[in-house]
Amino acid sequence: MEHAVTIDKLTRKFGDFKAVDEISLSVDKGEIFGFLGANGAGKTTAIRMLCGLLLPTSGSGTVNGHNIFTESEKIKQSIGYMSQKFSLYRDLTGRENLLFYGSVYQIPNGDLKERIAELSESLDLKEFIDRPTESLPTGWRQRLALAASLLHRPQILFLDEPTGGVDPVFRRKFWEILYRLADEGTTLFVTTHYMDEAEFCRRISIMHRGKIIEIGNPQELVKKYNQPDLQETFISLISRGESNG
Amino acid sequence: MNVVVVENLSKRYGSIIAVDNFNFSANEGEILALVGPDGAGKTSIFRSVCGLLNYDSGSIAVSGYNVSREFDKVKPHLGYMPQNFSLYPDLSVEENLFFYAGMFGLKKKEFSEKKKHLYQFSGLGPFYDRRAGALSGGMKQKLALSCALVHDPKVLMLDEPTTGVDPLSRRQFWDILKELRNSGSTIIVSTPYMDEVALSDRAIFIFDGKKLAEGTPAELPRLFSGKAYRADVTPTHELMEKLGKIDGLSSRRFGSSVHIYVAENDALENYDSQLETLGIQRDALHEIPPDLEDTFIQLMGR
Repeated sequence: MEHAVTIDKLTRKFGDFKAVDEISLSVDKGEIFGFLGANGAGKTTAIRMLCGLLLPTSGSGTVNGHNIFTESEKIKQSIGYMSQKFSLYRDLTGRENLLFYGSVYQIPNGDLKERIAELSESLDLKEFIDRPTESLPTGWRQRLALAASLLHRPQILFLDEPTGGVDPVFRRKFWEILYRLADEGTTLFVTTHYMDEAEFCRRISIMHRGKIIEIGNPQELVKKYNQPDLQETFISLISRGESNG
Repeated sequence: MNVVVVENLSKRYGSIIAVDNFNFSANEGEILALVGPDGAGKTSIFRSVCGLLNYDSGSIAVSGYNVSREFDKVKPHLGYMPQNFSLYPDLSVEENLFFYAGMFGLKKKEFSEKKKHLYQFSGLGPFYDRRAGALSGGMKQKLALSCALVHDPKVLMLDEPTTGVDPLSRRQFWDILKELRNSGSTIIVSTPYMDEVALSDRAIFIFDGKKLAEGTPAELPRLFSGKAYRADVTPTHELMEKLGKIDGLSSRRFGSSVHIYVAENDALENYDSQLETLGIQRDALHEIPPDLEDTFIQLMGR
């Protein structure tokens, strides 16, 4: 199967500190991959390298077939990125925000309007797309942020804690949308602190102190470590990592 | 004993009713969780109890003192950790604590006693000289909690203290809360995590400024009406869409299986043939007790 992401011994140092320490993984096209880890484990640094925003210190890797050392501009064109902290302009409506972000991606006006109509339908934005975003609940703002990250039809979408602080009903709706995107062939690379969401991923990796300490199917990992659920599996793996220094 | 008593609390912002005639109380030595979606009114309730919001009507008492009339007496009893707690990122862990201690009028000697205790339970001792800005998310939350505890409040108001925090750090944070509860503190905490609701002594579900339900984590799922089943089938997007189209049933993904819900006056038997066409045989369905999240979602009625 073709890979959307492959990295080998990817490393990033800040001074003497190895924020990311020889991590290797590959993600298949159309896979939902959960990139988990404790706060400060190095996840954000790794994602910034994968998105072409930060140069690695050593190692190698490709995203959509583009080299992360030499082709960061091509990577930026072919990926989408959404985070919980995604900024929408609060005084603008959802549609105005999408028009703005579309123009940043230099999507021709006619195509852009069509694309917004399409996303409004598929992400179910109709109810609120023409309201100023500041008055919208977080769950709706997040759906708009997702739409903004999909305007240029990226092949891979990086989602950095997309559902932080959102109630269970909104989170479920959001994940049904992610599933459909994956069905349509988009690769999803997701970080989350919600273990019920991590269970929706086909594979997960667990990062601790810059290293990937485990990688695999969530249900299989729970069995492997003989734990009641993924939350306990995560906690036991990270605590073990702590006590090993 | 009721340490916090909120009666008929209401707050409007223009035409929006944020808190609608809300009543609750919290006992000494209990952890009370407030759970609700974004915009349900949780933060308005927290800010009202902490004397930071002019509510429209109702009354709030903390340790027997009226919050709007006697706030000077209430203040020493309250510790508040807002959603976006500001630590000074350029100050060290200890300097941050010292700053908050100063605001509450602790003497130098009192502070050096207090800090020992705070370091002990937070585990922040080894990091006392680290800049707050360089702490991990979990440690920042522990420092913020320590700052809210510096003056020994009886009541702790914590507004989503663990949002964006990893599961291990959340576990450690809750271990601290339980220790504080066991030593007599009253803790009112809001959270979007159902596993944290299960760790609290009592919980209130809030929606649209109103109380939907109140009870212990064991009592709340009994409010679920109908039956819940687990289907051992792979929850593809296609399957979930088709399940969603069956009138009368509701369903959700649960890890690698699917949960299916049938209303109180209905029965699973009525859907046998429809489920079979989707490849869900009767023997793949097992009745399960509804959990907190099932109950919450049903009560919200969305």
